[in-house]
Amino acid sequence: MSGSTILGVVGSAVILLTLFEMMRRHRLREKYALIWALVAVSVITVALFPVLLFEASDAVGLAVPANLLFFCSAIVILVLTLQHSSELSRLEERTRTLAEELALLRLQVDRNHRAEQQHDPSHDESTS
Amino acid sequence: MTRPDDRRTVGSIAGVPQGPEGLRVLVIVPAWNEQDSITGTLDEIRECVPWADLLVIDDGSGDRTAAVAEAAGATVCRLPFNLGVGGAMRTGYRYALRNGYDVAVQIDADGQHDPRYLVDLIDLMGDADVVIGARFAKADDPYIVRGPRRWAMVLLAWVLSRLARTRLTDVTSGFRASNRRAIALFAQHYPAEYLGDTVESLVIAARAGCRITQVPVTMRARTAGRASHSPVKAAIYLCRAIVALLLALVRDWPAQLEEGAEMPPSPAAPGPATRPSGARPEARP
Ligand SMILES: Nc1nc2c(ncn2[C@@H]2O[C@H](COP(=O)(O)OP(=O)(O)OP(=O)(O)O)[C@@H](O)[C@H]2O)c(=O)[nH]1
Ligand SMILES: [Mg+2]
Repeated sequence: MSGSTILGVVGSAVILLTLFEMMRRHRLREKYALIWALVAVSVITVALFPVLLFEASDAVGLAVPANLLFFCSAIVILVLTLQHSSELSRLEERTRTLAEELALLRLQVDRNHRAEQQHDPSHDESTS
Repeated sequence: MTRPDDRRTVGSIAGVPQGPEGLRVLVIVPAWNEQDSITGTLDEIRECVPWADLLVIDDGSGDRTAAVAEAAGATVCRLPFNLGVGGAMRTGYRYALRNGYDVAVQIDADGQHDPRYLVDLIDLMGDADVVIGARFAKADDPYIVRGPRRWAMVLLAWVLSRLARTRLTDVTSGFRASNRRAIALFAQHYPAEYLGDTVESLVIAARAGCRITQVPVTMRARTAGRASHSPVKAAIYLCRAIVALLLALVRDWPAQLEEGAEMPPSPAAPGPATRPSGARPEARP
């Protein structure tokens, strides 16, 4: 077993274990876990069968197989960042909606409260 | 948190318990873009269980679902955006918990669940904490599902049956009744993930020691559009079902349920300092 094989296998095993533990503790939702699991599994595969990498780089005509590896990792990271950006945008939109809803509710509650007090200043607990 | 005099303002019927054995029953209807079917469904429910309160959770519908449901006489809770069935149902269970209902029943808005079975479900509440209205329980069930989708359902049902130590035939059914114990549990833990609202929530209930049982029901076929019958979709369904099931099984859920426990202020919010969101308040041993 070469050093790179061990490095790849150990690295992805650590990622997979961490993923599992995070999922178990509800720290990670499955939609994020899936991509990471795919990454870890492909790293294990390439580490165990480097032939795959050599053949693939031959097929696309790259002289140095490592370049294919770097290219692929760059793409994966790009996709992950994109996913996070899109999720962030969605979350921002949602917090905005929540804040607006909350402000409107507050206004409504204040208004009801004031109306009640005008009706019946003695006790403000009575709702109608 | 429960103020009996709140009922007057929230229920569709004055808060006098009139159900069997004086139970206060809440029927929760998750609805998303169901303006065409919701009125019929609500009327039918009202006819079958006139003593129950109706709560429609409008899950950020883009159509007139909320207005139509209100016109039909239900209490309507509007979510500001779509949370999925899981999020909507947890809202419903929280409402049930806060307003002190004895039984909460979940039923689909699209009319596929026949409200005539509601009484059967509620009748069984004495023997179980969660009662499922289940398809495939009788040989002459007209509701037919084939291929990978069916295999997924059989697999899920088999695993859940082992877990709950009883025969369950349809664990993906969205037709079920819960008692106070299960309501308190679901008010805190009701997954929003895919299949989480049905399968995973049952795993949670079983692992928290709830007794689960089922009543055979026949469901109606969908009347309008949107049936997912392509084999690819069915295969994807199978895979996701397996992933969802495995996840549900390995996750750590509350092992024990404190009965009558009050809801913490905001269980889903990231707590002080290190507590992960969604974790239960006590520290893990
Ligand atoms: N709150 C909420 N409810 C939903 C959502 N999607 C569907 N529903 C409701 O959940 C119920 C069941 O939805 P369906 O789409 O009929 O799901 P199903 O019955 O499992 O599948 P079908 O066999 O296609 O009918 C209906 O009452 C829908 O209105 C959602 O995103 N949020
Ligand atoms: Mg349906």
